[in-house]
Amino acid sequence: MTWSATARGAHQPDNTAFTQQRLPAWQPLLSASIALPLFFCAGLAFIGLGLGLYYSSNGIKELEYDYTGDSGTGNCSVCAAADQGRAPPPPCSCAWNFSLPELFQGPVYLYYELTNFYQNNRRYGVSRDDEQLSGLPSALRHPVNECAPYQLSAAGLPIAPCGAIANSLFNDSFSLWHQRLPGGLYVEVPLDRSGIAWWTDYHVKFRNPPLVNGSLALAFQGTAPPPNWRRPVYELSPDPNNTGFINQDFVVWMRTAALPTFRKLYARIRQGNYSAGLPRGAYRVNITYNYPVRAFGGHKLLIFSSISWMGGKNPFLGIAYLVVGSLCILTGFVMLIVYIRYQDQDDDDEE
Amino acid sequence: MEREPAGTEEPGPPGRRRRREGRTRTVRSNLLPPPGAEDPAAGAAKGERRRRRGCPQHLADNRLKTTKYTLLSFLPKNLFEQFHRPANVYFVFIALLNFVPAVNAFQPGLALAPVLFILAITAFRDLWEDYSRHRSDHKINHLGCLVFSREEKKYVNRFWKEIHVGDFVRLRCNEIFPADILLLSSSDPDGLCHIETANLDGETNLKRRQVVRGFSELVSEFNPLTFTSVIECEKPNNDLSRFRGCIIHDNGKKAGLYKENLLLRGCTLRNTDAVVGIVIYAGHETKALLNNSGPRYKRSKLERQMNCDVLWCVLLLVCMSLFSAVGHGLWIWRYQEKKSLFYVPTSDGSSLSPVTAAVYSFLTMIIVLQVLIPISLYVSIEIVKACQVYFINQDVQLYDEETDSQLQCRALNITEDLGQIQYIFSDKTGTLTENKMVFRRCTVSGVEYSHDANAQRLARYQEADSEEEEVVPRGGSVSQRGSIGSHQSVRVVHRTQSTKSHRRTGSRAEAKRASMLSKHTAFSSPMEKDITPDPKLLEKVSECDKSLAVARHQEHPLAHLSPELSDVFDFFIALTICNTVVVTCPDQPRTKVRVRFELKSPVKTIEDFLRRFTPSCLTSGCSSIGSLAANKSNHKSGSSFLSTPSSDGMLLRLESLGQPTSAITSNSYSSQADDWASELAQEQEPDHELRYEAESPDEAALVYAARAYNCVLVERLHDQVSVELPHLGRLTFDLLHTLGFDSIRKRMSVVIRHPLTNEINVYTKGADSVVMDLLQPCSSVDARGRHQKKIRSKTQNYLNLYAAEGLRTLCIAKRVLSKEEYACWLQSHLEAESSPENSEELLFQSAIRLETNLHLLGATGIEDRLQDGVPETISKLRQAGLQIWVLTGDKQETAVNIAYACKLLDHDEEVITLNATSQEACAALLDQCLRYVQSRGLQRAPEKTKGKCRSVLCCRSTPLQKSMVVKLVRSKLKAMTLAIGDGANDVSMIQEGMQAVMASDFAVPKFRYLERLLILHGHWCYSRLANMVLYFFYKNTMFVGLLFWFQFFCGFSASAMIDQWYLIFFNLLFSSLPPLVTGVLDRDVPANVLQTNPQLYKSGQNMEEYRPRTFWFNMADATFQSLVCFSIPYLAYYDSNVDLFTWGTPIVTIALLTFLLHLGIETKTWTWLNWITCGFSVLLFFTVALIYNASCATCYPPSNPYWTMQALLGDPVFYLTCLMTPVAALLPRLFFRSLQGSVLPTQLQLARQLARKSPRRHRTPKETSAQGCLPKDSGTEHSVGRTVSVPLSQPSWHTQQPACSPEASGEPSTVDMSMALREHTLLERLSAPAPSLPTFSLLNWISSWSLVSRLGSVLQFARTEQLADGQTGRGLAVQPHSGRSGLQGPDHRLLIGASSRRSQ
Repeated sequence: MTWSATARGAHQPDNTAFTQQRLPAWQPLLSASIALPLFFCAGLAFIGLGLGLYYSSNGIKELEYDYTGDSGTGNCSVCAAADQGRAPPPPCSCAWNFSLPELFQGPVYLYYELTNFYQNNRRYGVSRDDEQLSGLPSALRHPVNECAPYQLSAAGLPIAPCGAIANSLFNDSFSLWHQRLPGGLYVEVPLDRSGIAWWTDYHVKFRNPPLVNGSLALAFQGTAPPPNWRRPVYELSPDPNNTGFINQDFVVWMRTAALPTFRKLYARIRQGNYSAGLPRGAYRVNITYNYPVRAFGGHKLLIFSSISWMGGKNPFLGIAYLVVGSLCILTGFVMLIVYIRYQDQDDDDEE
Repeated sequence: MEREPAGTEEPGPPGRRRRREGRTRTVRSNLLPPPGAEDPAAGAAKGERRRRRGCPQHLADNRLKTTKYTLLSFLPKNLFEQFHRPANVYFVFIALLNFVPAVNAFQPGLALAPVLFILAITAFRDLWEDYSRHRSDHKINHLGCLVFSREEKKYVNRFWKEIHVGDFVRLRCNEIFPADILLLSSSDPDGLCHIETANLDGETNLKRRQVVRGFSELVSEFNPLTFTSVIECEKPNNDLSRFRGCIIHDNGKKAGLYKENLLLRGCTLRNTDAVVGIVIYAGHETKALLNNSGPRYKRSKLERQMNCDVLWCVLLLVCMSLFSAVGHGLWIWRYQEKKSLFYVPTSDGSSLSPVTAAVYSFLTMIIVLQVLIPISLYVSIEIVKACQVYFINQDVQLYDEETDSQLQCRALNITEDLGQIQYIFSDKTGTLTENKMVFRRCTVSGVEYSHDANAQRLARYQEADSEEEEVVPRGGSVSQRGSIGSHQSVRVVHRTQSTKSHRRTGSRAEAKRASMLSKHTAFSSPMEKDITPDPKLLEKVSECDKSLAVARHQEHPLAHLSPELSDVFDFFIALTICNTVVVTCPDQPRTKVRVRFELKSPVKTIEDFLRRFTPSCLTSGCSSIGSLAANKSNHKSGSSFLSTPSSDGMLLRLESLGQPTSAITSNSYSSQADDWASELAQEQEPDHELRYEAESPDEAALVYAARAYNCVLVERLHDQVSVELPHLGRLTFDLLHTLGFDSIRKRMSVVIRHPLTNEINVYTKGADSVVMDLLQPCSSVDARGRHQKKIRSKTQNYLNLYAAEGLRTLCIAKRVLSKEEYACWLQSHLEAESSPENSEELLFQSAIRLETNLHLLGATGIEDRLQDGVPETISKLRQAGLQIWVLTGDKQETAVNIAYACKLLDHDEEVITLNATSQEACAALLDQCLRYVQSRGLQRAPEKTKGKCRSVLCCRSTPLQKSMVVKLVRSKLKAMTLAIGDGANDVSMIQEGMQAVMASDFAVPKFRYLERLLILHGHWCYSRLANMVLYFFYKNTMFVGLLFWFQFFCGFSASAMIDQWYLIFFNLLFSSLPPLVTGVLDRDVPANVLQTNPQLYKSGQNMEEYRPRTFWFNMADATFQSLVCFSIPYLAYYDSNVDLFTWGTPIVTIALLTFLLHLGIETKTWTWLNWITCGFSVLLFFTVALIYNASCATCYPPSNPYWTMQALLGDPVFYLTCLMTPVAALLPRLFFRSLQGSVLPTQLQLARQLARKSPRRHRTPKETSAQGCLPKDSGTEHSVGRTVSVPLSQPSWHTQQPACSPEASGEPSTVDMSMALREHTLLERLSAPAPSLPTFSLLNWISSWSLVSRLGSVLQFARTEQLADGQTGRGLAVQPHSGRSGLQGPDHRLLIGASSRRSQ
C-alpha cells in the first residue's frame, strides 16, 4: 500500500518504527541448532569451574568434634548429665583431646556449631532491639515490645540486652592447648578472639551506651541482665573494647543464623608460632560446658577449619557445578542427535 | 388491530400505554409567567421553584457533568470505588493484618506500601481521566448558542450549560444541537430541516426533521413570546428512535409529536439556514447522554480465565499456609516444653498453645506468601492493554486515508479477545459493501437493457484505481478500450472523455479531495453519477421525449405512445420522482429564496418530504413556481382541495407550458440541442451541476441513472417535483403524497398529478417480492392481458438473473387512479392522519390500500459494490478458522451470490438450504433450527459441529433477528463472537439493550482492515497477554516457593530469609518492567508471516497459549525452579556461619536472574527496549540493595541487613551460586523448548522458522487479482467487477464490531422492533467439507409472513408445520446451488418447509 506523503490526513498515525511495531529485533529461535552450542559451552565451562572448585575445596581441612556429651562419647557426658534438670546448669568442664599427624595448614579458624537450633524462627529472630544494641540510651531504658518476654525483668527493670536472642547467648568457652612433644607440657595456643565479628557490626551496628563517669557499669545501671545470663553485659570481658554490646562473641551470636544447623566463628589461630597453622602434635581443648542443648535434641560441635579463597570447606559447589555441567553436556548430546535427525528433514522441507 | 405499530414500539406491548399516561413530562415556555392557579397539574411546589429565574422548570439544566469526583469527594469516592475490586480489598486486608502484633510479618508501614502504591497509581489515573472529562465538559458547557431572552426580547448568546428546559433556542446551519429540541420553526419554507446524526449512530446521510404540525403554517416569523402551548411528552428515555407526545394549544387543540419533530442533542443541523425550537430534554436527560454509558468495561475471555487461575492461586496459598500452620503447631508442640533456648514464650511469659500458634502462623503465612497473588498483575495488565490499544490506534495500515480515520478502540480492555474470535457476524450492506450503489442494468416492459458500456466503464474504474499512481491520462488507450465490444459508435468517443476525466478523479487522492469538498453530501461518487446509458434504451427515451413534446398539447399525450414506450417514459419518470432525493447545487452559496408558501397543500404526506431550495440557475423557474403556487393557494384552502382538482390541473398544465421557455433562457438546457449538447453543457459548466442528496444510496443511484437518460430531476419542493427533459422541457409534477419507505412494506410510493395527462398517478418502487404480488391481476383472455403476463414473467426472469448476479433488485410500478378512487382513498387517508392515537398504524393501512393493482413498468438492478479487498479478507478470515455469518436483509438469491462473490461460499462447497416457516418470535424457531441442524448434521460427533459449519448466511433478517442469532450462537455454542455492522440497524446485533452505536467496542474504517485487526493485532494481543499472564503466575509462584521451602528449615514459623524490602518491592520494582515490555512489544510471529498464514490465528481460538494445561505446566515449572533456586544456595551455604539475610540476599538475586532468563526464553523478539529493561532491572536491584544496605544500621528491624550486599559482593561463593543456579533452574525449560522447537514445533514456531529462513520472501501480499483482464462476457463481468472495487470518496462509514461477551445481556433493543416482526427470514447454514464426514449442512429458514395476517391462527399453523419439519424434513433434499447433489446424503440437506405464505 502506498501512502502519498503530501496528502496526509489529520488523524494519520505517525509512521515510526515504534508505533508501527517494527522495532529492529533479535529473534532467537529456540531449537536444537541454537541450543546445541549453548549447552556444550555452558557444560564445558561449568565442568571446568566445578573441577577447580572441587579441588580447592578438597584442599581445605576440617576437624570437628561433637562435644554435646551423649553418653559414652567422651568426658563431656558428665557435664551433659549434670545439666539435666537444673535451671541454671552448674559450671562444668570437660576436654577434647586430639592429635595432628601433620601441620594443619593455616590460617586456622575455630568454630562452634549448633544443630537443631532454630535461630531463624520468626519469634526468636525478631526478639531484639537494634537501637538498644546501637547504644541509644533511651532504647536502653525502654526496649521495644518485640523483646517481650525478655523486655523487662521480674523486678521491672529493662533488660539489656533485651530479647530472646541475647538471652540465649552461647556461653561455652574453649581454650586450646598444644603438646609439642609427647609427654611434654601443654602450651596454650593463643586464640585470636578479636575480629571474629563483621567489621561493620562491631564498629557500626553495635555500640555501647555512652559511659557514665567513664564507667560502663554505671551506664548500664538500672538495667537487668537477661535471665539466662550469669553476668551483666558489661562484665562479658575484662577488655573494655570487647565488653558490653561490643563483645565479639555477643555480636557474632546476634547475627542470627540462616539455618537450624549453623556454625559461628569462635576464634582465629594466627598468632605467634601458630600463624602458619597448627603444627603436628597432641592438642587438648578445654571446654567450659555451660550451654544446654540436649533438652531439645541439639548438638554442639567444635570445628577447626582452614579456609581458602572461597571460604570454608564447601565440597557442594564443586560437585554441583560438575553435575550441572554434565547435564548440560548430556542435553547437548541429545540436542546433537535431534539436530542431526531433524536437520535433514528441514533440508528436505526446504527443497 | 392488524399489526403492531411500526418503528417506535417496544418489544412488550403491554404496559406501554400505561407508561405513557403515567410517566409524562410537561414542558412550558420559560418566557411565560409562572403558571399559577390555572395549572393545577404542575403543582404548587414546582411553581415556586420556577420563579427563581424567569420560569425555570423543575427539570435538569443543560450542564454536562460527566466527572465523577469533586476535589473533596475524590479521595473517599475513589477509594470506595477501588475497593469494589476484590483484589484491592484483599491486599489491603493483608496489609492491615500486619498491624496485628501477633501475626505481623513485616513492618506494618512497609507492608502498606505496595498496596498504597497500586491504589495511588489507579487513583492518579482516575484523577487524570476525570480531569480530562472535566476539561471536555467545560469546553462543551461553554459552547455558545442563541437562546431567546425574556428580558431582551431577542435571541442572545448563552452558554450551553445555561439552557433550560422550556427555553427557545435558535440554531444556524452546521451548528450542533445543545439539547433535545422540539422543532418549532425552520427557515425552510416547508418547515423541514436536515440533520446529520453521525455523532449518534455513525450514519452520515441526512435525516429530515419536521416542524411540529400547526407551527409550519405560521405566516410570520415564529415568535417565542406567543408560544403558550403546553407540551406533554415522555419522560426522558434512551430510545433514540422514539419520541411521542402531544402539544396542547391554548384553544385546547392537541397535536401529536413524533420523533420527526425532535432534534437530538449531538446532531448537526445541515442544509437549513436556521431553526428554532423549544428545549424538551436538557443535559443528562437528553437521549444522547442517556445512551452514553461511557467507556464500557467488558471482561475478556482471557481475563476470566485468569481470574479463575487467580482463584487457584488463592487456594494454593491457603493450602501452603495451612500446611505451614500445622507444621508450626507440631514444631511448637515439640519444642516448647523442652526449654529450647530458641523458643520464645508469649510476651507475658506463658507458653503458647500449639493450636494458637498454628492459627497465628497461618495468618502470618498468608501475609508472607501474599506475593503469590500477583498484586502487580492487574496493574500490569492494564498498562499492557493501554499500550496495545495505543498500538492498534497507531497502526498506519489501519488508517484510512480517504476518510482520514483510523481504527478506534473504544473498549479498552478486550483487545486480546480479538485474537480469540470464533464467529463473526457481519452485516452485508455497508459493511461488506461500500454502500455505494451503482446502477447496473434495468428491464423495462419486459425488455432487458444490459448496459454493457456501463459495465465497461465500471471495469475501467477498477483499472483506474489499480493504476492510481499513473495520473497521466492515457486517453487514447482508454478510448480504444472503450470501443472494444461496444455497440456504440460515435458516442463512445465522447463518453470516454468523460470517463477519462472521472478516471482521473477516480484516483485515491482525487477521490479524497472530492470527498472533502462534498463532506456534507451523502452518496455521490463519480461512479454513481456517471452512467453510460444503454443506446437502445436511450433511443427509446428520446423517442418518447420527442413524440411527447410534439403531442403535449393534445388531449391524451401518452396515448400516442406505444405501450412499451409509454412504459419506458413512465419508468424514467418513476425513477426520477419516486424518491426523496433532494437537489442541491453545491457551488452556490446557500442563499434561500424566501418565497413563502402562505398556504400549504392540505395534502399531508406520511413521511416528511424533502424540500430543497432551488439552485440559482433555476431561480427564475422557482420564483415562477412560487408565484404560481401563490395563485394556486387561492384555490386551495383547507380541504376544499377535492373540489378543485381540475382547476389545479389546469394551473399545473399552464405552468408546465410556460416552463420550458424560462428554462431555456435561463440556463443551458436546450430542447433544440441534441442530448449530447446538453451533456456537454453540463460538463462545461460544472458549477451548474446538480447534486442529489438522498436518504439511501439506492435512490441516488436511480436518479443519477435517470439523469444519464436525460431525464433530470431538477427540483423538489414539498409539493412539486420538476423533471427536465431535452424536448419536453421542464415537467412539474404536483406531488400529492409521499408514502415513505419502511421495512415492513418494503416499498415507497409517490402520488402525483401528471402534468401531461392530468391524471393522478401512483408510482411505486419496492422490493420485487412485494411489488410483484401487488400487481393488477391480468386476465389471460384479452391480448393485452396476455402481453402483460408475458412481460411480467420476463421481468421476473430478469429479476432472478439480477439476483443471481448479486444485484439489488427493485421493481417499478405505476397505478393510475381515477378521481373517485383518489377521493375515496384521500378521505380515509386524511382521517388516518388526523387521528392522533394510532395514526401510524392507520397510515400504514392507508398506504397498503393505495398500493394495489399496480401496473408493472420495469425493474432495476443496482450493484452494491463490495468494498476493497472484501473477498480477500473473507477468505483470509476463513482460513484463519473464523466462521463468518452474514446477516442481511437482502433476498436469498442476492445474498447467496454476494456470498459467492466475496468468497464466503466457494463453488466447490455444497450449499444446503433449509427453509422453514416461523411465527412471530423467531428466536424459538431459530433455536430449533440450529439445534436441528446440529443434531442432523452431526449426530455422532456433536463436538465437531462447530468446526464444520463454515459460513452461514441469514437472509431477509431484520435487526432484531440479527441480534437474536448472535445471542443464540453465543449462548448455545458458548463461542467467542464478534458482530460487525455499519449503522443503526446493526446495533441490536452488536449489543443488546443499547441503541447508540457509540457503545461499540471498535470502529474500523473499512471491512478489509478487519483482517489486520484480527489476524495481526488480535493474535499479538492475545499471545502477548497470555504469555504475560502466565509469566506473572510463574514468577509469583516461583518466588513464593522459595519462601515456602524455607519454612521447612525454620520450624514453619513464617520466617522469611528474604529481606522484607525485597519481598515487598520485588514484584513492583525489580521484576515488573521487563515482562511489561515483553507484554507490550513481543511479536511471537512477524507481521508478514501472520498475514500470509492466517491459519496461525487458530492458536488464539484454541487458546493454545494459555490453557489450563499450560497454566499447570507453568506452575510445575515454577515449583521446580523454586526448588532448585532454594536448594542450591541451601546446600552451598549449609553448615556455614552464614546469617539469615546474607543467605537470603543471594536467593533474591538468583530469583531475579532466573526470572529474567526465563523471560528471555519466552521472549521472541528482543528489541533494544527489552535489553535495556532487563539490564535496568538488575542494575536497579543492586543499586537499591547497596543503598538500602548502607543507608542505616538500625533502621529496618528486624532484618537490619547492614552492609550485607557489600559483604556479599566480596564473596566468591555468591557469584558462583548466582551463576550456576539460574542455569540449573532453567535447564529443563530450555531443553524442553529447544527440543519442541526441533522435534514438534507448533504452528507458530514453524511460522517463525519460516520467517527466519526467508525474511524477504514474505512481503505483505498485494492483491493484484482481476485487474488486467477485461471481462469477456456479461456473465463473468460482474464477478470481476466485484472482486476489485474502486476506492472513491466515502463518507466516514464506521464499522462497529464489538466482541460480544456473554454477560453482556439486557433488554432487547427497542430500536428496530418494528422491523423485527414477522418478516421473511432465511437462515442458511453452511459448513466446509470435512475430510471424513459428508460435507455440510446449511440451514435455510424462511419465515414468511403476511403483514396483515391473523396472529393466532398463524401461530398455530407455524407450530404444526414446525413439528412436521422435524419428522418429514429429512426426506426433502434439495440441491440449491451445487451440481454435486449425488454425493450428498439426505441428512445434510434439508428443506424445512420452503413455503412462502402470503395471505393477501
